[in-house]
Amino acid sequence: MLTALVSRLGQMVLVMFGISVVAFLIFFATPGADPSARIAGRNASQETLAQVRHDFGLDRPLPVQYALMMERLFVSRDLASFVNRGQKVVPTVLEAIPITLSLVFGAAVFWVLGGLVVGVVAGATRGTWLDRTLMILSLVGVSIPVFWLGEVANLVTQSRWHDSWLFSWVPPLGYIPLTEDPWGWFKALVIPWFTLATLYIGLYGRVLRASIIETMQEDFIRTARAKGIGERRVLLHHGLRTSLVAFVTMFGLDFGALVGGGALLTEVVFGLQGVGKLTYGALQTLDLPMILATVIYASFFVVMANFIVDVAFVFIDPRVRDAH
Amino acid sequence: MPTDKPLLVVENLCVSFLTEGGVVPAVSGVSFSLEQREILGVVGESGSGKSQTLLAIMGLISSPNAVVTGSVRFLGRELLGLKRRALDAIRGRQIAMIFQDPMTALTPVHTIGDQIIEQIRAHERVSRAIARKRAVDLLDAVGLPSPESAVDRYPHQLSGGMRQRAVIAMALSCNPALLIADEPTTALDVTVQAQILELIGRLRDEFGSAVILVTHDLGVVAEVADRVLVMYAGRVVEEGGKGQLFREPLHPYAWGLFGSIPPMHGPRPARLTAIPGSPPKLSQMPQGCAFGPRCTFRHQACIAQPSLGGAGGHRSACFLPQDGRQDLRRTLAAGAVPA
Repeated sequence: MLTALVSRLGQMVLVMFGISVVAFLIFFATPGADPSARIAGRNASQETLAQVRHDFGLDRPLPVQYALMMERLFVSRDLASFVNRGQKVVPTVLEAIPITLSLVFGAAVFWVLGGLVVGVVAGATRGTWLDRTLMILSLVGVSIPVFWLGEVANLVTQSRWHDSWLFSWVPPLGYIPLTEDPWGWFKALVIPWFTLATLYIGLYGRVLRASIIETMQEDFIRTARAKGIGERRVLLHHGLRTSLVAFVTMFGLDFGALVGGGALLTEVVFGLQGVGKLTYGALQTLDLPMILATVIYASFFVVMANFIVDVAFVFIDPRVRDAH
Repeated sequence: MPTDKPLLVVENLCVSFLTEGGVVPAVSGVSFSLEQREILGVVGESGSGKSQTLLAIMGLISSPNAVVTGSVRFLGRELLGLKRRALDAIRGRQIAMIFQDPMTALTPVHTIGDQIIEQIRAHERVSRAIARKRAVDLLDAVGLPSPESAVDRYPHQLSGGMRQRAVIAMALSCNPALLIADEPTTALDVTVQAQILELIGRLRDEFGSAVILVTHDLGVVAEVADRVLVMYAGRVVEEGGKGQLFREPLHPYAWGLFGSIPPMHGPRPARLTAIPGSPPKLSQMPQGCAFGPRCTFRHQACIAQPSLGGAGGHRSACFLPQDGRQDLRRTLAAGAVPA
């Protein structure tokens, strides 16, 4: 078990190394991507360019450039933005992380619970009006663009009905740190949570319904029914438990991607200065150090989420446990 | 045989499925009764309605397109149409079932111990520890090696034979009055088969259970059954005591079945006889006797549907005259088939 864990961690480090190399090469070594030109600004003289190249170590061989970059990212952590001079990249990312984590964690709670309820209820009542209603609702949820839903939510809660008793509690757009004001944090995020979770509730509900319906045809479900244990227990203890594989796999991928910046649209709509927005800004100005930092950060979460999913499988399915 | 009221009475049981091609009958008018402590063998080819009959008795036909009619009375109580809660009080406790494929019959994510404990605790108010102790004893009783550790194993960690034993242990956990076994040995090695059959025979002796044993293996029936039901195309075509039926089968289909087994005694036949043709599709059932198209002795009367008839508890559904049937059978066995 321990060796499996260690080898898995080793794999994660390797994957992240690979990602950092690829990201570095794309932004620093593809033809035409001359970082010094971006740093020096437009119409800089050749001397200035050479000076910049030298200062940033860009005149040295690529592996050295890579090592320097990583050293400044992870060891000295003094890598500065090319665009906003003096803005240190690492602290900026670290500031954005809690915002994105708060947003995605809260949404994940909603969408896991919502997906479970929708999937189980629809799967258990297959073919009835309840099933059909839930499936239509979840299709609607999947189809609504998150930015549109967010804007509508803002329109309703921030402007149209903000003065009514219904939404007067909604704070202005933006993030309130959990450590400063937990209740304020909750109030500021609960609408973004719902907005972000809507798509995933629909998606997860549909996937779970399909796999529950498939599982309920299995022989072992018939055995369980023959035991006289009641349909609810058959469904939850035998059916749901074995249907969770697709659900958990998807959760790992989606969670990793969202924490890694995929929640950009939600962040923009609700004025949350998270990692997604940071990456977006950096890409617009081609702020290479910032891009590199956020890409590596994102890859860390994707890899981490996959790792957690694999660990979760060990608990969900004993067959996986013995496969190693 | 005990003279108490019968344990199980099945009358005119019909199971049909509504499909796009119309109504497909899987079981048509099956009737039989089962005494306490009796072992009833049910034989027939695949698709003869054996399994569907059992599932209907257990109320396990869950397809929304299935229509089940007739009557199944267990100790005088009608099971068909019973509410789920009432049915669950009987299933697992008084009637237990062993399924055909032990590889898929157990939930893969729970230990076999947990699955047995679940059944015990669903029907009896006992602590987990006591239920667990009983699970270990049951696993021991069905001959699972080192039951103390086996109880904490997952199904995939056991071989097919061990899984089937676990399934049997689970079925026995509440000392059911009736055990329904659907081809319990089909998926197993021959050596394991023999052990499982011995186990089923012991059940009656030790637990006093009656058993319905479904199989397409006549050897299995010869081994353990008291009485035999032969099914063909969803109907019972012959019913009788094991001795009667093996000595003097009455239905041409049964002749074919027995003719296809190599005899242990007497002269060696040049080649084994096979029943010509193949069973009818359930969706395109021939008119009258379903075996007619494959029967050497088909005649005018066979246009109609024969009903079970005969004396001395040995009945068959065939229009051939009772006298002289054994002569016909011998001509068939000799290969001198009339045109």
